[in-house]
Amino acid sequence: MEQVKVLSTWFSPFGRRILIALEEIGVKYEYQEEDLSNKSELLLQMNPVHKKIPVLVHNDQPICESQIILQYIDETWDSKQVSPFDRALARFWADFADKKFFDSGIRIVKSKDEAQEQAKREMLENLQFLEGALKEMSVSGSLPFFGGKDFGFLDIVLAPYVSWFHIFETIGNFKIPFETEYPLLDAWGKRCMERESVKKILPSSDRLLERVFQIRKKFVVD
Amino acid sequence: MEQVKVMSTKVSPFGMSVLIGLEEKGVKYEYQEEDLLTKKSDLLLQMNPVHKKVPVLIHNGKPICESLIILQYIDEVWNFNQFLPSMPYERATARFWADFANKFYESVAPIVKSKGEDQEQGKRNLLERLQLLEGALKEMSAGGSLPFFSGKDFGFLDIVFIPYASFFHAFETIGNFKIPFESEYPLLDAWVKRCIERDSVKKVLPSFDKVLEVALHLRKKVLVD
Repeated sequence: MEQVKVLSTWFSPFGRRILIALEEIGVKYEYQEEDLSNKSELLLQMNPVHKKIPVLVHNDQPICESQIILQYIDETWDSKQVSPFDRALARFWADFADKKFFDSGIRIVKSKDEAQEQAKREMLENLQFLEGALKEMSVSGSLPFFGGKDFGFLDIVLAPYVSWFHIFETIGNFKIPFETEYPLLDAWGKRCMERESVKKILPSSDRLLERVFQIRKKFVVD
Repeated sequence: MEQVKVMSTKVSPFGMSVLIGLEEKGVKYEYQEEDLLTKKSDLLLQMNPVHKKVPVLIHNGKPICESLIILQYIDEVWNFNQFLPSMPYERATARFWADFANKFYESVAPIVKSKGEDQEQGKRNLLERLQLLEGALKEMSAGGSLPFFSGKDFGFLDIVFIPYASFFHAFETIGNFKIPFESEYPLLDAWVKRCIERDSVKKVLPSFDKVLEVALHLRKKVLVD
């Protein structure tokens, strides 16, 4: 009998994507909310190297790092037939999304004045790259997802970020010009938010915003 | 007819992994050395417009970037003598440690690029990480009874980690310390000696002196600026 457990927090987009993946496949799992200021014994035991969430525990074996977990889920329960090049492309943009895109967003949250302006500029540049990627991978919007006709690896990686766009706009006090500059991403985001798995798993914008304001207070005096 | 080209620099550990991977598969490739400090080639900027970094693999005109992604691509296209294990859990474990290796370099770069307390921290980071790697190798080689991180065959993690071996001499010289391999990291020590005997590794890894030369050059530039 399969035993699947996920250790995460409700606000981490890295954790949310694991739950979306499990929901998409229909794998039953147990969820454990972690308090990062008081990490559980299980977390420290299952991820002694980084002590971070998310962690997937499958039949008592831990898997760590969200993109590695996603690939594990895919290989264990739902191996999609994707060509090596498409796989490499999806992995590349997933890496970009976490390293560059989300990083610029976090810097919007943790800074102000010129440093924040710089982070906002970089975010818009990064969105431009993602729009380009989506244009290529969806064949100019004729297919609905980054995964083409399927809601795939990269869609799952990026879906939690949809709830963060509004967060970055509010804290950065700017409007991301979706309709004019990133129309494919705009349509894709709306499409994601209609999906059962995404609706079930993503936290409300208000709750997330409140939490992010708390984080900002530790770094910036407004 | 397959066309495979790699753009990299002689001392990029990420590039070395890609080249070792291709050598292990016996894939013929063309190599283009990039001059990252003076002028990146037009081809590099075209093939990796997002990061403008090496290594880049160009396969039949299509670019693949990021060394771990390239290695997995190579393994999937030339799908014989696989680098990655076949079972999902072992694959996840290999990917986890490969990801760890990628972050390793950043944490130890201060040994070359800094001085004083920052450099000392870089040295401490190196010893901590070597400790973790020794532990991982102990587990994955069944206490040292198997020769490699990947078990009985030279595989993914071996390819990802062995380039770091070419940096140890530079770290020790610039950091003015001795890494206690024999006493603290005996399995890693034996593993390095074993790997550098392999044809692919011998062909690709630069000499320790060459790496030291490049590291010293980098250090001069960074500390003066």
